[in-house]
Amino acid sequence: MAHSATIEIPSKQLWGGGTSPFGASYGKLMMWFFLLSDAFSFSSLLIALGYARHVHADSWPLVEKVFHHFPFTHAHLPLLYVGMMTFILIISSVTMVLAVDAGHTNNKNGVLFWLGLTVVGGLIFLGSQAWEWYTFIVGGEGVMKNVIVDGVPTDILVQGANLQYNEYGHTAFADFFFFITGFHGFHVFSGVVINAIIWKQAADGVFEKRGHYEMVEKAGLYWHFVDLVWVFVFTFFYLL
Amino acid sequence: MEQTVDQSFEYSAGHGPRTPEQSRAVRKKILFVTLLLSVITIFEVMVGIFYSQSHVSANTWTIIKWMYIVLTLIKAGYIVLVFMHLGDERKNLRTTILLPMVLVVYLIFIALYEGEHLLQYFQDLMK
Repeated sequence: MAHSATIEIPSKQLWGGGTSPFGASYGKLMMWFFLLSDAFSFSSLLIALGYARHVHADSWPLVEKVFHHFPFTHAHLPLLYVGMMTFILIISSVTMVLAVDAGHTNNKNGVLFWLGLTVVGGLIFLGSQAWEWYTFIVGGEGVMKNVIVDGVPTDILVQGANLQYNEYGHTAFADFFFFITGFHGFHVFSGVVINAIIWKQAADGVFEKRGHYEMVEKAGLYWHFVDLVWVFVFTFFYLL
Repeated sequence: MEQTVDQSFEYSAGHGPRTPEQSRAVRKKILFVTLLLSVITIFEVMVGIFYSQSHVSANTWTIIKWMYIVLTLIKAGYIVLVFMHLGDERKNLRTTILLPMVLVVYLIFIALYEGEHLLQYFQDLMK
């Protein structure tokens, strides 16, 4: 049945019942629909970011001047850390493809090995993001800014970032950073949890008994989507 | 012919036993996409480091910006079509998932157009 998906079936037979018109199981189809709706959520966030950038173009910071830190060094290395995070997520996406592929041939050990690596990759990414948030919130030398404290405009030294003000530029910049990378980070977190559960089930032989590893494929769809979203966040938040 | 209720696992693209050649082809494809995604990412980071927005002219930056967007769409295409196997699915499923994204393009257009107008409006107010 390796190529069943490509066979053309007359539409009367296709939609007449007894067969799946999309050539996909219920669970997989619902995963695709969920991902479509999630794609709309992330699109809305990124479009709102683009809107805010255009409205506040005069006070928006240059992103490479904000993210130039790297662990264990004080060198000025713009984008390198985020590039590394992107790379980690791409690699964990590749291990997921290999897990799904092992599932296609009912290779239990292959699934466990590659899915395990995917979980590890996800955890490394989450750790990297925690460090990035920490660096962003603590900030550098700071700037004097006129901000509203307890309802009174006051000149204070602003260091790092919070939701009210930040040293980098417009308030919306830090807010969008927290919201977009936070929302994505939560997706990564749930992806890691889902992958870990699937790993446990595979180890217990649940899918072996079922005769197929389609569940790995569904979890894989979610994980690839998380990677896909990061590709867009990387471009539209960090590069542009 | 009698229609039987189909088994869900048969729908998994590429499911079932394979010949060694087929396995090799699958591995080769995964390796190719991995290399492509890595090379594009490294290239993007390099351009970001050496051609930062503050050092290049506005026109150059516009070109770089569009190049980033095109490269991102290429990456996204490979992830969705190969890694998520959407390219191996039936055409009706592909259309169902991809067509609604047209709405996003429309929203991008109106939001950015509105944003630019508002900036102009506020700047005129300040004068």
